[in-house]
Amino acid sequence: MVTEPIVALRGVVALLGRFPALSGVDLSVRPGEIVLVQGPNGAGKTTLLRLCAGLLPVERGTVVVDGHDVATDRRGVRRSVGYLGHESGLYDDLTVRDNVHFWSKAVGASAADADQAMARLGLDGRLADVAGARLSAGQRRRTALAILLARRPRVWLLDEPHGTLDESARDILDSIVQRAAAGGAAVLVASHDLDRAVALSHRQVVLAGGHVVGASGEPPVEATLEVVDG
Amino acid sequence: MVDTSLFGQARLVAGKDLRVEWRSRVGMAQVVPFAVLVLVIFAFALDGNRQTLQQLTAGLYWIAVLFSAVMLVQRAFAVEADPGVREALRLSGLQPAAVFAGKATAIALQLVVLEVLLAIGVVVFFTAELDGWGLLAATGLVAPVGIASAGTLYGVLTAGLRVKETLLPLLLLPVLAPVLIGATRAMGAALGDVAVDGWSWFNFLAIFALVYVALGLVAFGPLMEES
Amino acid sequence: MTKADAVTTTGSRATRILAALAALGVVWLVLLGLVFSPADQTQGELVRLMYVHVPSAWLAYLSFSLTAVGSAFVLWKKSQWWDLVAASAAEIGVLFCGLALLTGMIWGRPTWGTYWEWGDARLVSTLVLFLVFVGYLAIRRIPADPTVRANRSAIVALIGVVNIPLVHFSVKWWRTLHQEATVLSTDFDPKLDDLMLFTLFFSVVVFTLVFAWLLVHRFRIAWLEDQVDMHSLGIALDERRREAELVGGGS
Repeated sequence: MVTEPIVALRGVVALLGRFPALSGVDLSVRPGEIVLVQGPNGAGKTTLLRLCAGLLPVERGTVVVDGHDVATDRRGVRRSVGYLGHESGLYDDLTVRDNVHFWSKAVGASAADADQAMARLGLDGRLADVAGARLSAGQRRRTALAILLARRPRVWLLDEPHGTLDESARDILDSIVQRAAAGGAAVLVASHDLDRAVALSHRQVVLAGGHVVGASGEPPVEATLEVVDG
Repeated sequence: MVDTSLFGQARLVAGKDLRVEWRSRVGMAQVVPFAVLVLVIFAFALDGNRQTLQQLTAGLYWIAVLFSAVMLVQRAFAVEADPGVREALRLSGLQPAAVFAGKATAIALQLVVLEVLLAIGVVVFFTAELDGWGLLAATGLVAPVGIASAGTLYGVLTAGLRVKETLLPLLLLPVLAPVLIGATRAMGAALGDVAVDGWSWFNFLAIFALVYVALGLVAFGPLMEES
Repeated sequence: MTKADAVTTTGSRATRILAALAALGVVWLVLLGLVFSPADQTQGELVRLMYVHVPSAWLAYLSFSLTAVGSAFVLWKKSQWWDLVAASAAEIGVLFCGLALLTGMIWGRPTWGTYWEWGDARLVSTLVLFLVFVGYLAIRRIPADPTVRANRSAIVALIGVVNIPLVHFSVKWWRTLHQEATVLSTDFDPKLDDLMLFTLFFSVVVFTLVFAWLLVHRFRIAWLEDQVDMHSLGIALDERRREAELVGGGS
């Protein structure tokens, strides 16, 4: 099945301050694809995902997500993407249910979508009425994931999604991601949990020093693997 | 589908902020007692002189409102102080203008409640005799719109800064000086303390509110983007 | 970084000529204002304050207008250059606005009988303007990414400017609707003879020269400060990469 890419980066240069965090990256992701972005610390993985979410300015090149150019239509981009970063972004004073409902209704999801997503992540029981401040790191992560699920983004951007989750929650995460991809969503994952992430993804991209140094479904080139595994 | 118009989103945000207040009750437990405390402190400073207090009722009342408003604004942005929440807000797909309108509405509603409580306060502590109800109510409704709009604008400006507690009053109070003047005059006229045309001051407050609502709707986008 | 490394002064040939002209002008202004120009018939020696008060007020308004224009360009064109101009002008503006308020108060005491007159809308709105721009400088001092800081302070400056008419009219109404405007008629316009008028005009020119000189230097310092900031950010980023290479992988 050959379709137009839903995420397209062309010659992208991004700066942190004055220094290039990404220097000339090309990447296309088609609907239904799960792509793993790997590489050492400071390689630009997080920068790449944040760029696709419209959280960072594009210095040179173009980033088009779901037909919206990041440089000109950030809001359009953000309505299409679901970004799971290092922070969960929950209101401490609101309950899990309040949080999921608020953030998913912001993109027009219904209350039923929100409740369904909570059930899928096992948040529909007693946990639903617990305030955000009382949640453990893993529970916060699950809530953030429920919000993502309820929002039904066309492009999923997951930065270290497996961190802080326990094994069963990781399984749920993987199945959610797979189902989203099967439904036509594109997924970009940056992860260190390589075994799991490689198994989850359809292909890999290796970043180092702001460049793409390895790519495709075949295992990354040996030199980069060394850096990655340390 | 949920309403994604500007109005619908603004209502969602306002509802969320009021819900945060309802669950945490910081406004009820801290801001209201503080506002009453300000009245009491004035009475101490003015020697408990009934005549002076009665004469100055309007001014003291609005100073109490203004100080409480600074606290309410700080609280409204403290709930979003977490970098993750601020980022989520940017990513949420909510229109910045809707976030502004929602937050300002929530603050304005809380201010109106506070005004009612403070009105009872000045009757009890300052023996004020409330009169001119139409003008009083009109002023009490339009002044919070201006205060909340300007406050929300500066609230997002200072949100996420380590010095926000000290910076917000410095930025906000000079800008609210016209509201203090206008609302004090209008209330003074309503109570019959000063012989001025209170309704022209009401008009002035309405203009102030309009200017800051417009500024907020326009400027909130770039401010939210970077805070 | 090479350019910044080489800089050891914010001066140049042009600024030195400007400085010489300004210094010469100041000397002349002192002589004109204190020695050559006559005392006023009604205000006496007090009138000499005018040669500091009027140009200070002029510079305050000039600076804040420049800040406002610069801020508009920051938001409109995303101009880093204008941001630094706005910042430099605001700093000088606060200085001269303070000077104008101070000389106004010193003048007010013998003339009005009080240091401060709440009935003067111009005086009160200038005070609010002063406070708004003190806030502007405060928010600029907070470390932030240059573009973030630029947008944030630009909006503070523009709100401050939009606010001026609101303050002005509220104060004007406040007093005129309240009490008779008695002192307002004794405004700052003594009968000026030719030499006094020339001295006043000359003072404005000289102060403007001083302003230009200060602005150029302040702008260059601001630019250098940003270079230093950028430089340290670059070091931090390089270090992070180096650590990553040494450790490899990691979280």
